[in-house]
Amino acid sequence: MADANTQDKREIPYVMAINEGVHQIMQELDDTFLLGEDVAGVGGVFGTYRGVLDKFGPERAIDTPISEKGIVGLAVGAAATGLRPMVDIMFMDFLGVCMDEITNQMAKMRYMFGGAATLPITVMTMGGAGMSMAAQHSQSLEAWLIHLPGLKVVMPSTPYDAKGLLIAAVKDDNPVIVIFNKLSLGIKGEVPEESYEVPLGKARIAREGTDLTIVALGRMVYEALNAAEQLAELGINTEIVDPRTLQPFDTDTVIQSVKKTHKAMVVHEAVRFGGMGGEIAAQIQELAFDYLDAPVARIGAPFSPVPFNPGLEQAYMPNAEKIVAQAKELLDR
Amino acid sequence: MTDQYQSKLVIPEAPFRPGDKPDYSFMSLPSPNESIKPDCMADPAEMKDLAYGMVRVLDDDQHAQGAWDPQLSIEKLQAALEYMVKTRIYDDRMFRMQRQGKLSFYIKCLGEEAIAVGQAMALQFGDMLFSTYRQQGLLFVRDRGLVDMMCSCLSNSKDNQKGRQLPTLYSWKEGNYFSVSGNLATQFSQAVGWAMASAYKGEDHIASAWVGEGSSAEADVYHALLFSAAYRAPVLLNVVNNQWAISTPQNMASGGTTFAARGLGFNLPSIRVDGNDLLAVYAVTEWAAKRARSGGGPTFIELFTYRAEAHSSSDDPNAYRAKDEWQSWPLGDPVERLKIHLIERQQWSEEQQEELEANLTKKISQAWKEAESFGTLEDGPHWPLESMFDDVFKDIPPHLRRQRRKLEM
Repeated sequence: MADANTQDKREIPYVMAINEGVHQIMQELDDTFLLGEDVAGVGGVFGTYRGVLDKFGPERAIDTPISEKGIVGLAVGAAATGLRPMVDIMFMDFLGVCMDEITNQMAKMRYMFGGAATLPITVMTMGGAGMSMAAQHSQSLEAWLIHLPGLKVVMPSTPYDAKGLLIAAVKDDNPVIVIFNKLSLGIKGEVPEESYEVPLGKARIAREGTDLTIVALGRMVYEALNAAEQLAELGINTEIVDPRTLQPFDTDTVIQSVKKTHKAMVVHEAVRFGGMGGEIAAQIQELAFDYLDAPVARIGAPFSPVPFNPGLEQAYMPNAEKIVAQAKELLDR
Repeated sequence: MTDQYQSKLVIPEAPFRPGDKPDYSFMSLPSPNESIKPDCMADPAEMKDLAYGMVRVLDDDQHAQGAWDPQLSIEKLQAALEYMVKTRIYDDRMFRMQRQGKLSFYIKCLGEEAIAVGQAMALQFGDMLFSTYRQQGLLFVRDRGLVDMMCSCLSNSKDNQKGRQLPTLYSWKEGNYFSVSGNLATQFSQAVGWAMASAYKGEDHIASAWVGEGSSAEADVYHALLFSAAYRAPVLLNVVNNQWAISTPQNMASGGTTFAARGLGFNLPSIRVDGNDLLAVYAVTEWAAKRARSGGGPTFIELFTYRAEAHSSSDDPNAYRAKDEWQSWPLGDPVERLKIHLIERQQWSEEQQEELEANLTKKISQAWKEAESFGTLEDGPHWPLESMFDDVFKDIPPHLRRQRRKLEM
């Protein structure tokens, strides 16, 4: 972790880190307000907003009708007045309902108004599979979002980044979508008590290595770390890059790593076809082709919706074992 | 800011929150004799009052009264009671199985049984049902097998949804029960499209769709209202107002009036009905179905009820609503009301009720054992891994065949 200089290194779960980040940024900036379904009365269905209503009152922690398009549209209008809406879209899958407001309004308004509009909106949402929530509550749809000029997209893997990226996202004057991971809510990690920012657009080296670069998105960082331990036993020293921000993407950090290791793999939970992995692989071959000893490997989910059944879902999701198998293949070339 | 400036942000509040003592005396409940029953082909302009009143048949003593009494036979009433009790016992059993870890998720419809049961009984088997996850009674009226329903929730080898959907989000093509969506309200427009197609093909089947009052906030509901009105689609559009959308009270979505009132702007017959009164639910549904089948087009129905349980197995209502709300609910318990109605008419007894409950409990226990013989959630067997690639497309394209082969390795 970047600045862990305190003696007692406090560890809190991902969900608490989000919660703390929400509290601190709302305390710091009084032009912020939180809105979404079940965010006030129960503090969010995942507990991420617990206590926000009590602390900031019903005008700054607003339960809304079940209308994602209405919620995002409201945020656009309120942001145009100078406020900083923090919007919760309960499940990432529900972005489908408000995608016009996101795609055609929020992302483009500054551009189409000739720079006259500023929309400092943060949309927080929960992605990912692994909790038996079936095909309409488990998706990883970040590829939809990174394709939209005007929109920033972050995907924190650790509690530290969850808090720091969220605070940076709210302070940013552009619309930012923060994709949290529901399976990571209980994962503990070191988080400073004070408010801090993790800069948008900066990747993190989650593990240093020399033989292979794995670019892992979101929760896949943990699977990659686990795989790296297994690969270390085989004498393979893996470097793991956690991009943290998907848009704007920190290409330099990835390229530097690949120039050192000469082998690259991209891992994400989203369906492999058309996923972010294709973009990253293309950038690597454009910028580091001469350094590569093998084609860039990609791991993602099969081209089918996320199953409900836990057995099927486990087989569906990328994991450490799949990463190890693919790494061996890559290193054998 | 000048003194004339009057604008003020209003945040709707729930009538009661934890720690409050629920008191519904502010609610005005018309008596069964107050609601007129228009001809089923009447002009919507002649029945606007029905959107603001409440169609009731059972009075406070559970006697059938008024113009809307559907005059059901004793056999039908007893059957309705049985379906409702079956729904309740099934829900109770399944919820307990969830608590024991045998199901990962469950949604009960406690307190709302009269809606699905009454409406399904008033519809015909060929009518397509676009349900939410809280109308399991529709399936019991259409006699879907208990074991099949349980296997769907267990996601085992006999699950007709092949391990792909959450428990209670059933799908049953043979029973004309459209797959329940996990994303809210999408079925409303789909039902209108289905109904338009039925009319286009000259069939006499109609569609019936449900949303909760919470999800009535989704734009799909207004698309459905407008399209159904424009094309006079033979469809029943039902809003189940059970007061709570997880933790969000109904007044967050109501705009301070009834939900039924919303249909008036689209020139639809719009009726609010006591959803805990099986006879009233049946009567209104029968009326609307007749209108749709006669070329009169859609009807918008608000079923006024109370969600007695949590939203699902994933939330704790004590965190957001007052204790004893259901006990204080002025429209009572739909099962008790119909039971008392039959007992008062000397067509039922407490002993018969006990016997019915015991029989159904036994049946449901047996069905659970049988369902588990086809696999449990934890240990399977479930559908084979390679089945993940079935049904993504009608025919499996070559690149998916390759992925499937890789998975089998």
